Amino acid sequence: MNVVLAKTETAHAKSDIKSDILAVARDRLPGTGKVADLRRQALEAHERLGLPHRRIEDWKYTDLRVLMREVLPLAGAPDAAALKRAAAALKLHAIAGARRVVLVDGVFAPSLSETSDLGKDIGIRTLHEVLEAGDAALQAQLFSPDNSDAMVALNSAMMTDGIVIEVADNAVVPRPLHIVHIASGAAPAAMFTRSLIRIGRHASATLVESYIGAEDAKAYQVHDSLIVAIGDGARLDHVRLIEDSREAFNISSAVVTLGANAHFNTFGMNTGSLVSRYQAVIVVAGEGSRVETNGVNLLNGRQHADTTLFLDHAVPNCSSNEIFRAVLDDRGHSVFQGRIIVRPKAQKTAAKMMTRALLLSDEAEADNKPELEIFADDVTCGHGATTGALDDSLLFYLRARGLPEKEAQALLILAFVGEAIESIANDALRELASLAAQRWLAARS
Amino acid sequence: MSLLEVKNLQVRVEEREILHGLSLTVNPGEVHAIMGPNGSGKSTLSHVIAGKPGYEVTGGEILFKGEDLLEMSPDQRSAKGVFLAFQYPVEIPGVATMTFLRTALNAQRKARGESEFSTPDFLKKVRSVAASLNIPQDMLRRGVNVGFSGGEKKRNEILQMALFEPSLCILDEMDSGLDIDALRVAADGVNALRSPDRAMVVITHYQRLLNYIVPDFVHVMSKGKVVKSGGKELALELEASGYAQFEDAA
Repeated sequence: MNVVLAKTETAHAKSDIKSDILAVARDRLPGTGKVADLRRQALEAHERLGLPHRRIEDWKYTDLRVLMREVLPLAGAPDAAALKRAAAALKLHAIAGARRVVLVDGVFAPSLSETSDLGKDIGIRTLHEVLEAGDAALQAQLFSPDNSDAMVALNSAMMTDGIVIEVADNAVVPRPLHIVHIASGAAPAAMFTRSLIRIGRHASATLVESYIGAEDAKAYQVHDSLIVAIGDGARLDHVRLIEDSREAFNISSAVVTLGANAHFNTFGMNTGSLVSRYQAVIVVAGEGSRVETNGVNLLNGRQHADTTLFLDHAVPNCSSNEIFRAVLDDRGHSVFQGRIIVRPKAQKTAAKMMTRALLLSDEAEADNKPELEIFADDVTCGHGATTGALDDSLLFYLRARGLPEKEAQALLILAFVGEAIESIANDALRELASLAAQRWLAARS
Repeated sequence: MSLLEVKNLQVRVEEREILHGLSLTVNPGEVHAIMGPNGSGKSTLSHVIAGKPGYEVTGGEILFKGEDLLEMSPDQRSAKGVFLAFQYPVEIPGVATMTFLRTALNAQRKARGESEFSTPDFLKKVRSVAASLNIPQDMLRRGVNVGFSGGEKKRNEILQMALFEPSLCILDEMDSGLDIDALRVAADGVNALRSPDRAMVVITHYQRLLNYIVPDFVHVMSKGKVVKSGGKELALELEASGYAQFEDAA
């Protein structure tokens, strides 16, 4: 039996992407020499591993061999028509006051972006530029995610573009930076992007990432990754909004490193895409730092969303707090895997994780997998998970006060996700997330 | 026309009949007390009138302003003017009391085809009613009933009653969990809402509450039906002799 399985896997691994994809895409992939070598290694790693499947522990609830089956060919560079479709989609998702940087089909679109008048506090370049002509240290940082995960390796091999943001020491960036990923929808295709944001010492900034599709964009694939480095005493507020087409795939990963006395507040909201996976590794490497990582999944139909977090407490006197809420209707499937490691030196760590799922249908599914590995003895760590339906006694109370059934449900659902949304520090972004939740609720009644 | 007519009502919960042919007529302006021992079906009656799921009406009818109440959803009943003050008001974390009050009031008005309240008018109204009930402003900002004491929860029910201006108020064991001072504040709030076009049904186990909310009629329930009706003196009689005589009679 095992032999047969192994054989199938190998066959699968070979067939999930065209073996000559790198050759075909070569002229589109920036970087030569060392960069090209690293890409080749990454592709080999991906080919060896194949698409992740349920027997890989980290992917056990999100079997891409079943859900995604294959990696689509690289999307073509956007033409004028694609940019026009993207511009139309962008209108609906613009955030007032934010500085927009747009990637269309995985390629930086200067005409849709606001990269002038940056001032001296902030530098924005494209991944393409940096891999073609950047300094070696930055290039090395861009390849820092290792190839042990098949999808990260694929992303390293295929990344065509992205945004590289550097915030100077002591800078306070007042306008949120908004990276918008738009699939223009010409044909089913895959886009591969990687972005990086480096926050200098005692600087602060807000980064929003939106994932959207143009009107006709349906079954496309987003393969994205983000590298975050937060300096000593610095702060990054980060919001991800996944509003992709309901037939799309969004496979994203992040690697975040915090210095000392740094603060990372991140929130993800997922209402879009058919299958999404967000895997983040957050390394708290400096003392006195704080991480809040929160999120909300609002899913229906056959949507599947997987959030897999790995919080690494390596040093003493740090805290982390994770609050996740999932609201699942129809056959919606939400996965939350939260691993926290508290290393032997990380005394006085306070790490908490709380996930709750609300099932609005008998066919919805929520999977929670908390894992705490604690090697220090003077710590406060805890986790909890609940799954349940709306409370009938609360529903009746609201209905007895005049609220029709859907309105009563909506009020309770908003309250349920509210605790996670409340964690967003920026008022305008909190409002944005709240409105996204309300839109989702309005669409179901 | 009577405001509420309950005729020969029979109700089951999971195969067990709780009400066996209960009748009750309530006219505008009247205050009716329904007394009875635990398990006599008092709360079941209040739940069925408000439309709580889980009860099966197997016979009889309930007319409210001449309309078949049992055909209406709980929210429709509320918009028509039925208000149940809960024995145990629920806590709703994450829903601010103010938001809840405004959403509920406007939902009722919308169902009646009335315009929504403007925010300043609404705030003014809530504040004046809250002040008369000793409800501090910070309570209104908190989640509905979250962290409220027993007395505060009951006052919050009366606040809603004052705000929604129902024509029928059903007070289910309003005195449970209240000390004498809290009871007096709550009763004063209820008495202030007595009016010629509003009726109240006060459900209670103890006569004590009726010293503060003096009823026009008293009905004694036992084993799922009304076994005796009379004036307010019936409550005092019960206080002296207890429910035992009715348990035997039923």
